[in-house]
Amino acid sequence: MAFSPLSNAATSATAKPTLSFSSSLYPWPRRFQSSAPLPRRRRFVSIQSKIREIFMPALSSTMTEGKIVSWVKSEGDVLSKGESVVVVESDKADMDVETFYDGILAAIVVPEGETAPVGAPIGLLAETEDEIAEAKAKAAAKSGSASAPPSPTKTEADTTFDTPAVTATPTPAIPQPPRATPGSSKPSGKVVATPFAKKLAKQHKVDINKLVGTGPYGRVTPEDVEAAAGIKPSKPAVPAAQPAPVAAAAAPSKPAGAAPLPPPLPGSTVVPFTTMQAAVSKNMMESLTVPTFRVGYPVLTDALDTLYEKVKPKGVTMTALLAKAAAMALAQHPVVNATCKDGKSFTYNSSINIAVAVAINGGLITPVLQDADKLDLYLLSQKWKELVEKARSKQLQPHEYNSGTFTLSNLGMFGVDRFDAILPPGQGAIMAVGASKPTVVADADGFFSVKSKMLVNVTADHRIIYGADLAAFLQTFSKIVQNPESLTL
Amino acid sequence: MQSSLSLSFSPGSSSAAPAPRSRLPPDFLHIAAPQTLASLRFYGIRREVLGFSSLRRFGCHFSRRVHVVSHERPPRRLSASASDNGSASKSFDYDLVIIGAGVGGHGAALHAVEKGLKTAIIEGDVVGGTCVNRGCVPSKALLAVSGRMRELQNDHHLKALGLQVDAAGYDRKGVADHANNLATKIRNNLTNSMKSLGVDILTGVGTILGPQKVKYGKDNVVTARDIIVATGSVPFVPKGIQVDGKTVITSDHALKLEFIPDWIAIVGSGYIGLEFSDVYTALGSEVTFVEALDQLMPGFDPEISKLAQRVLINPRNIDYHTGVFASKITPARDGKPVTIELIDAKTKEPKDTLEVDAALIATGRAPFTQGLGLENINVVTQRGFIPVDECMRVVDANGNLVPHLYCIGDANGKMMLAHAASAQGISVVEQVTGNDHVLNHLSIPAACFTHPEISMVGLTEPQAREKAQKEGFEVRIAKTSFKANTKALAENEGEGLAKLIYRPDNGEILGVHILGLHAADLIHEASNAIALGTRIQDIKYAVHAHPTLSEVIDELFKSAKVHSEVSSPASEPVAV
Repeated sequence: MAFSPLSNAATSATAKPTLSFSSSLYPWPRRFQSSAPLPRRRRFVSIQSKIREIFMPALSSTMTEGKIVSWVKSEGDVLSKGESVVVVESDKADMDVETFYDGILAAIVVPEGETAPVGAPIGLLAETEDEIAEAKAKAAAKSGSASAPPSPTKTEADTTFDTPAVTATPTPAIPQPPRATPGSSKPSGKVVATPFAKKLAKQHKVDINKLVGTGPYGRVTPEDVEAAAGIKPSKPAVPAAQPAPVAAAAAPSKPAGAAPLPPPLPGSTVVPFTTMQAAVSKNMMESLTVPTFRVGYPVLTDALDTLYEKVKPKGVTMTALLAKAAAMALAQHPVVNATCKDGKSFTYNSSINIAVAVAINGGLITPVLQDADKLDLYLLSQKWKELVEKARSKQLQPHEYNSGTFTLSNLGMFGVDRFDAILPPGQGAIMAVGASKPTVVADADGFFSVKSKMLVNVTADHRIIYGADLAAFLQTFSKIVQNPESLTL
Repeated sequence: MQSSLSLSFSPGSSSAAPAPRSRLPPDFLHIAAPQTLASLRFYGIRREVLGFSSLRRFGCHFSRRVHVVSHERPPRRLSASASDNGSASKSFDYDLVIIGAGVGGHGAALHAVEKGLKTAIIEGDVVGGTCVNRGCVPSKALLAVSGRMRELQNDHHLKALGLQVDAAGYDRKGVADHANNLATKIRNNLTNSMKSLGVDILTGVGTILGPQKVKYGKDNVVTARDIIVATGSVPFVPKGIQVDGKTVITSDHALKLEFIPDWIAIVGSGYIGLEFSDVYTALGSEVTFVEALDQLMPGFDPEISKLAQRVLINPRNIDYHTGVFASKITPARDGKPVTIELIDAKTKEPKDTLEVDAALIATGRAPFTQGLGLENINVVTQRGFIPVDECMRVVDANGNLVPHLYCIGDANGKMMLAHAASAQGISVVEQVTGNDHVLNHLSIPAACFTHPEISMVGLTEPQAREKAQKEGFEVRIAKTSFKANTKALAENEGEGLAKLIYRPDNGEILGVHILGLHAADLIHEASNAIALGTRIQDIKYAVHAHPTLSEVIDELFKSAKVHSEVSSPASEPVAV
């Protein structure tokens, strides 16, 4: 081992670690003199600290700072001379930086993606395991004093190392020892882990030897490690559209993806989502972030039904009538037609576009009747017919299904009397319309009569639409439906 | 090649040969050379052609005189038109019989017909050989799929381009069919191209009965003035490995993609292993490499293999064991996984045992010479390969040339690449039609179709340094990064490196290695320069369209520092 006399002097004076790294391009950049004075060296050896700093190397004559592209090694890895440790991006290219010493990578001071000036310490190398803690303390001090943000990996490491990772494994149903699972031919207790599982374990500092493998032949799978690390599966699932073929007699059946899920029942089939179904699923999950509430309202529809009978021969549909009524009510209550985009403000939409939910080909799509308040009933009905045709032939343009400002969902034709809709992301409210049914109604004078009554239920985003807003809107809607002449104007 | 090269001399010499196909008299070049050298000064790159080929003429003629004194070649009739499959000389059924209809045999057959030879090709299996049916072609189909899968799965990359794609999936059967359909299509193209030119395709296993005599099928015997052996190779399976074709497989089985294991061990990290790791990881498998040497990808330039490890191995779900042999591999059976016993490559001590779902044996390829009847002509294979000289002439057990017998492609082991076989075949046809031709193997490029691709031509840096030390010249390296290339950045694929190994004293290109987007297509500028003997100081003035990836190579040539800007003819090509 040869040390640069310069840093050696510094070391002996301050007992600080010394430079030990060099790039593959310019070996020994700081070794200006060929030999260090012998007594000095001896004195150095007697100093207890064997922690060396890894410096940002100068990879080209014009380089002033470098970005850490990736750490090839992670903290705790044993390094041997000549191995690549870190990849540094200079102004010209990415270069592997090798260690010229054996040791243990004790701490990473500058994490991946960050930049450090040439000569700045980017990591610490300890000679023995005992010095790791010391090196870490130094690293903490270093990253504190340097403007670099405190390395989060390090503190995480400290805590996760202490807590036994196994406690997080929620798989009590699996028999304990991995070798108990059929087919595990190695009674030696050796843990078999897949390449990705090992990589994840290293990344999340999970001790793979403490894990109980749930994979085929008791092997530790990436899912096991993720469960132990308490994270959601990040692996982009590569769904094969059909089950594993029988070609391989011993092809093991894959265990259920995430550990907490129960194994699928025998004989069950897994059908991946179509694109449309995947979009629905994604939207539904997103909707969970919006605080919604619901307000129901009974609406008498005798007058509407009479009108419907009249206009039906002219091609007017009930959907058009309801959309028109909702649009007219929205015109008077713009807040219900508004959207909350950022959680901080109201976005009032300039037009009233009624999206109408349509079940189609095993999916769900919402063609939009744009400017429903402005178009007359006949145009609206015609437009609706076109949209449904397009939806059926998958010809809808994006603006024809994603420009809605308010959604209408009607299950009345199935005899559903009331239901509850989920608010689609990006809208303020959705109206769920039940069936219109003859109901005994008592009027103010106590006279009973039989009237057609329909229950509507509106789900709204409470960040912008409050109970009174919705109630007032529903009252207006009910008035319009009960006095539908205005719809034909 | 010789005849076409002669065309470029004609503008400079008034006494140019009237017909390009006619063979130049041996002294023609001698006379023409001094004049043309001067008058062709303005032709830039072209003038190198002259210097190069005038030296070529020493190739096979010279050695032929030394080794086969007894054999005198009859003059050839070369007047036949290119599309006509000539008529054989009276005493033989054919002018040329090729055993093996792979890419090498096909290339030779096409060129033979062009040269007016009556040609037959014998195939005991399917036309197309390894490349078309069990190699390059179907694997490119799988790699096309894996490349797209990778793009669609790379959220980060897509986001950077502003694209949104929902979970990408695949249908195994569909992928496998694509590979199979492609192989069928190329096979038909190959068959039709030979049929339409009038090459006789003789079905059956070909066996050499004696000089100029071949048996095919049961007992059909044909005679031919010249015979080319192009029987190719099969996957090499080391001792102790049981291949069951289901869980322990070779590339032959893997290309059918009958099963995509969750975890596959790939034994060998050369081209084949690397390409399959690209396919399997893109389709969701995890991969463990087993490599006997101390480093992964030992065949590549060390700098390239290091970068390849960073780009193609480390970020993927791949781990590896280096410096170990797979001493025993047992297929999965009776509810047990595939087990692989690893021993230290040096000490032979047991090291580890792997348990995986499948194992792919990609430890190279072994020449296929079974039933060829080599014993009938006293030829003994060396490590299975048929020994040949630099002109692909077969050498017998006593070190003498076997007259009229040539061997090309994987069976001779010079360079186990489809296009090398084809080039060797063309070279042989040139020779049997009376033109001297030595193939410069250092000008043959190679490519590995991973994502991104790797390509190379000529020497690696260690090889170049060794040669430099022996011959006493200086070696320099120039490098350019794809990061600085506009087109690569537009594609958001800036990862990559091009490396030039050259002689600063005379500007000779010794080797070029590329890892990066479309590297396999980019290498040809360098390989052509090496083949034509073009020097850096000349090629660096060639213009490249902007913005294209080819500018990576342009930059590479421009960044090289050549001492003398005066161009000199390239040294004599050396066959390896």
